[in-house]
Amino acid sequence: MDNSKKTLELHPFFEGMDPDLLDVMACCACHREYQPGQFIYREGDEADQALLIIEGKVCVEIFAAQRGSLVIQTLGPGDILGWSWLFPPFKRRFDARAIELTRAIALDGGVLRQKADEDHRLGYELLKRFSRLVVERLQATRLQIIDIYGKHI
Amino acid sequence: MKALIKDIMAPAVCVIQKFRKETQDTFTLELSPPEEGFSFSPGQFNMLYMYGIGEVPISISGDPADTGRIIHTIRAYGAVTSRMMTLKKQEMIGVRGPFGTHWPIEDLVGRDILLVAGGIGIAPLRPVLFHILSNRTRYGKVLLLYGERTPGDLIFRNQIESWRGRFDLELEVTVDSAREGWRGNVGVVTTLMPRIVLDPSNTAAMLCGPEIMMHYTIQELTKKGLRDDQIYISMERNMRCGIGLCGHCQLGPTFVCKDGPVFLLSKVRHLFRKREL
Repeated sequence: MDNSKKTLELHPFFEGMDPDLLDVMACCACHREYQPGQFIYREGDEADQALLIIEGKVCVEIFAAQRGSLVIQTLGPGDILGWSWLFPPFKRRFDARAIELTRAIALDGGVLRQKADEDHRLGYELLKRFSRLVVERLQATRLQIIDIYGKHI
Repeated sequence: MKALIKDIMAPAVCVIQKFRKETQDTFTLELSPPEEGFSFSPGQFNMLYMYGIGEVPISISGDPADTGRIIHTIRAYGAVTSRMMTLKKQEMIGVRGPFGTHWPIEDLVGRDILLVAGGIGIAPLRPVLFHILSNRTRYGKVLLLYGERTPGDLIFRNQIESWRGRFDLELEVTVDSAREGWRGNVGVVTTLMPRIVLDPSNTAAMLCGPEIMMHYTIQELTKKGLRDDQIYISMERNMRCGIGLCGHCQLGPTFVCKDGPVFLLSKVRHLFRKREL
């Protein structure tokens, strides 16, 4: 747990978080490792964890018939993978696959939700941080879909 | 700087020595300079004239130390550039220039340099990189972030691969979308920004790409502590004459062809992204 707390403290996503809340988070944390090519989860899987990427690279993919798997985002050290654990129906919407040897801290989504219900201070901190993440990803996605480098004449 | 001709409004005739297709819509022309010679500073542009079709402003993408060739990398966006894409070796093209301001590379000696390129914006930044890599010890840390639509749209691929092998250059490439098998980054170029480490007190950033990309990149750089007087941008407007005479590229009180295309952000912050201009 101490090791996990230290890692959480150093992770940019939890920068400035109250140490008491980090203790709670560390109780829900464990280390994970994924080999290159290994699926971390697939579309439709239960969303039971958030991953804080420490090392490596992960791609988020969507499968399109007759086009195969399309990579829609890559994530690396300092990034968070997955917020579906926070919102019903708690299902994965995309595939996530390690493209390099990836080390991460996994936070148990079910336990975190329960603790957030019990302690609203924790709940608010989590929602603030994950909402910011969702907003940043939404803004990036908007730029991505307008094809800013394409022909606009 | 040595201009092509004495009368700046009359194009010099240049012969195409090499035509290289970079991607499905992007190509590089290597032109032989006229006898009187040609030199330029990174960031400057020439007006290229397709006889009977029209004239377009195109940045110079070659090595500023190489005076034996004039190199332009062009994306076929409109009627003139699409027609240019059909040119062949030994055909001729009209050239006026070089025009405009340049990236202030001599003023930035000793500083860390961040280059952020979006799409064809890599072309005007390539001369900067040529210069820095030829004078590597004079600069601090050097980073290049390059964003494109897809892996198939990446230009200067071989060069990027060779730059990637250097230990004295940090290089990140990202694309907006990719098929399975692409091992690089996917996401807009701004998503790379949180992953890089900058010393805000000693970094100068040079941005070139669509204005909207530069706008969001500037926001990320501001978050990292860079001030407007540490950020240079290359603006694009409807350049025609190249000498601030015709007014087509006017942006408030400035003419992009003459006062730009390279601007210090603090000098044009009040004009940047202003819809009324």
